[in-house]
Amino acid sequence: MAKMTMVQAINLALMQEMEKDDGVMVLGEDVGKDGGVFRVTDNLMDKFGPERVMDTPLAESGIAGFSIGMALHGLKPVCEMQFSGFSYFAMHQLEAHAARLRGRSLGRFHVPMVLRAPYGGGVRALEHHSESREAYFAHTPGLKMVIPSTPRNARALLVSAIRDPDPVIFFEPKALYRAFREEVPEDEETLPIGKSRIAREGKDVTVISYGATLHSVMEAAEKLEEEDGVQVEVIDLLTISPLDDELFSESARRTGRVVVAHEAPRSFGAGAEVIARLVEKSFLYLEAPVRRVTGFDIVIPLYQREMDYLPGVNRVMQGVRETLDF
Amino acid sequence: MTTVKPDAGVRRAMLSQMIFIRAFEDRLAELAPQKDALPGMQILATGQEAVAVGVMAPLGSEDVIITNHRSHGHLLARGADPETLMAEIMGRATGVNRGKSGTLHLIVPQVNALMTSTVVGAGPPMAVGAAFAQQYREEKAITVVFFGDGAAAEGSVHEAMNLAAIWKLPLLFVCENNCWAGAQSLAEHCAVGNIAARASAYGMPGQLVDGNNPDEVLEAASQLAGHCREGRGPALMEAFTYRLRGHGEHDRQHYVDPEELALWKAKDPVTTYGVKLTEEGVVAVQDIESMEREAGKRVDEAVAFGQSSPFPKPEEALEHVWVESPWGTP
Repeated sequence: MAKMTMVQAINLALMQEMEKDDGVMVLGEDVGKDGGVFRVTDNLMDKFGPERVMDTPLAESGIAGFSIGMALHGLKPVCEMQFSGFSYFAMHQLEAHAARLRGRSLGRFHVPMVLRAPYGGGVRALEHHSESREAYFAHTPGLKMVIPSTPRNARALLVSAIRDPDPVIFFEPKALYRAFREEVPEDEETLPIGKSRIAREGKDVTVISYGATLHSVMEAAEKLEEEDGVQVEVIDLLTISPLDDELFSESARRTGRVVVAHEAPRSFGAGAEVIARLVEKSFLYLEAPVRRVTGFDIVIPLYQREMDYLPGVNRVMQGVRETLDF
Repeated sequence: MTTVKPDAGVRRAMLSQMIFIRAFEDRLAELAPQKDALPGMQILATGQEAVAVGVMAPLGSEDVIITNHRSHGHLLARGADPETLMAEIMGRATGVNRGKSGTLHLIVPQVNALMTSTVVGAGPPMAVGAAFAQQYREEKAITVVFFGDGAAAEGSVHEAMNLAAIWKLPLLFVCENNCWAGAQSLAEHCAVGNIAARASAYGMPGQLVDGNNPDEVLEAASQLAGHCREGRGPALMEAFTYRLRGHGEHDRQHYVDPEELALWKAKDPVTTYGVKLTEEGVVAVQDIESMEREAGKRVDEAVAFGQSSPFPKPEEALEHVWVESPWGTP
């Protein structure tokens, strides 16, 4: 097994799926000869040619629409938005068409496309280059919303997303693109969409998170064990929608105390849905109010204040302590 | 470039289809104001029948069409089954989409009608994708996308034309210029009313035709479809016509100059084509009467089929969200 960054792992997934299936297409702005803004699609054009790795004009609505048409006609497009903040031009095509065509056609047509986009903060980029708006997509029936947290699960989830018969929005935490390396098997590996995982076992409190924030949570969990002797269980959602509420509900019933952490704005975010499910399924097991450690309901600030906005280690620790002290 | 000059049989068939489409939509117009007869707003293509039949005539069964909110004529001319189409428009379980789509989102897989969208300008980008897939798979088929002069103002239409031209895709853009976008006249919503002229900006052939003359539409469609099929890239046809019944059945058309409307009613394509074919000896007056009787009968049957069909069960609304229902089996 080779140690890979998330960028390399995602590239591996694309390479292997394109090799395996000549219906898999990659398209987007500068994904070809430039290899993408973050070089995620590096070397794909050399290997598969411009017929399958397509540099498109600057036309996000078009890119999403082109992909839907390809998918309706039997191909498996993987399109890239340079940054998730540019995907709102594409929103119409995604929510009004990609998400609805299976229903309208009673399953006669479906839209097996993936829309990849780097998302989230922590790289000192401005506004649209740093935001975390997964809730827009997760709120749309018919779309699947996936956010990996490590190189290995990014690779495995992207393979699943490409093979999935429905449209998948695949948000890549750009802060993690080259943050660390992980062993990624050369052999094929998939992870089921719609399943979360236990990233760390513990008995005292459950922290539910995903994406880049998961790593702040993991660090906070280590420190809480060292400093307070508290054993934190960490759940990594991996898929935001359809949401796996079994695993975290089971954990919450064991620990009785829950914190949800994400960098997206607080209100109406994924955390709110997680808490609603906990209330529905596990209310009588909860020993403290569920706390949210999140971004704020503002546009993500410039880099001088970005670290205050993002739910870092200290804020997660504080949230856990407050929950335990209740 | 292949050009098909329509023979008498094709012309008779076009007339017969136009008469049928008109009868079908006239019946929808009758039903629309009746309580609970039809869900949703009825958007009819009355006066635009010649475009539908003229464009469809030279297409092969493997070709793909993507159309818009004013789609009944396109789908019927393409060969969609009128009974299941009517049932769908009525929201019934026997409808072509089992009552899930209604009039505005009809999908007819049997005739390769991938999508109709009420969202103006949404179809062309998807048509680029479908045409790309045809080219990539080395199919001989082409994609035809219909949109209106209103949609020509949408940015997505530009995005689609630009990329279709860059990639030289087998895609025929058909702009039905019916002179109205909602209550905005062509002069009000379009800087240059000649949409076909835009083709030169994308380096593709563009042709303006009389959209009330099915022979002219067919000839242009045949030529331009041939251009696309031969791998020479996309083409744009603008069929200049007129929206005789307003945007939808709710539309009082109070903003329309009555003289202008009267002028276009005199050019009603169903009537004028019948007269033309009679004068040329292609059909006799009795033939037209018999086509009208037959059309009326088929529409009666379609309406009876729809009205006697059940509505979908409530739990069916939860199906087909994803490949597996997120709700489990209802």
